Amino acid sequence: MRDNGILRVVARFLIPLIMLFALYIQFHGEYSPGGGFQAGVVFAAAWILFALIYGLDAALDIIPERAMYVLMLVGVLIYCAVGVAGVVLGGHFLDYRPLLDDPQYAQQFGIVTVELGIGITVATVTMLFFTLFVRRKADMEEVGGND
Amino acid sequence: MVRARDLFTAVMLFAIYSLLSAALFAVLDAGDVALTEAAVGAGISTILMLALLALVPRHEAEAPRPNWPAMAVVVLTGAVLIYATLDFPEFGNPDNPIQTHVAPYYVQETYNDMGIPNMVAAVLASYRSIDTMGEGFVILTAGLAVYALLGTRRRRTPNKPAEAEE
Repeated sequence: MRDNGILRVVARFLIPLIMLFALYIQFHGEYSPGGGFQAGVVFAAAWILFALIYGLDAALDIIPERAMYVLMLVGVLIYCAVGVAGVVLGGHFLDYRPLLDDPQYAQQFGIVTVELGIGITVATVTMLFFTLFVRRKADMEEVGGND
Repeated sequence: MVRARDLFTAVMLFAIYSLLSAALFAVLDAGDVALTEAAVGAGISTILMLALLALVPRHEAEAPRPNWPAMAVVVLTGAVLIYATLDFPEFGNPDNPIQTHVAPYYVQETYNDMGIPNMVAAVLASYRSIDTMGEGFVILTAGLAVYALLGTRRRRTPNKPAEAEE
């Protein structure tokens, strides 16, 4: 689809907006609708749109597959690390209040951090799904036959 | 009743249904759920199912004959579920259990506890954060499962096509 001028221009205009919107619902999720799940999915959608227009190889140059494997674990580990930090600082698991002096700021810090972890995991897993499906399709076409 | 043998039609119907659900949630002032349904249900699920449709035949296989025991199980389960809905609390009644259990605490105390106005984010990421951690692990497990199924790259040499191992 990279030869279609309209698609290229519209995508070039839309992809940054979609990514910006993803960051907005990621980091503004405590004040307006949003959160890690939605933000991760929207971010992945922008990347998938890029892959559809410019090809999977170009998209994998930006976010390599190896980075996806690492980041989907990093996201969950960020979540767990916040939980363990609460225990280390003298609270319960996933208790945010010991993290900072002001309990409200501590809660907000905890919420933003765990949502970031969720967002990273969801975005990378979604991209990985797409990558693996497309690659399997390419493999099947190379072998020949659809069955 | 809609019956689609063409899987592409089924995927598109699913996407439309999802988008309508998102609109319904938006009308009901459930912004977080509407956003999730629109992004996950109507958006990414559709893309992933279309990507999957590229891998499988487009039309459902013709069943040789109706499977009557399976039909009976499905009808019976559906009848039981519909019977169970008769015991639902009245829609929108303020005395429903969901309004009287922990919800009043969340509504009244979220702002004092955390200083943020979005109660959904507060419940998801703080009051019920272990649930959300479980969901994170569910996503991770799904990623690992798909990797286990499709992640093996077949070795290729330039002049010999890869051996099909399925």
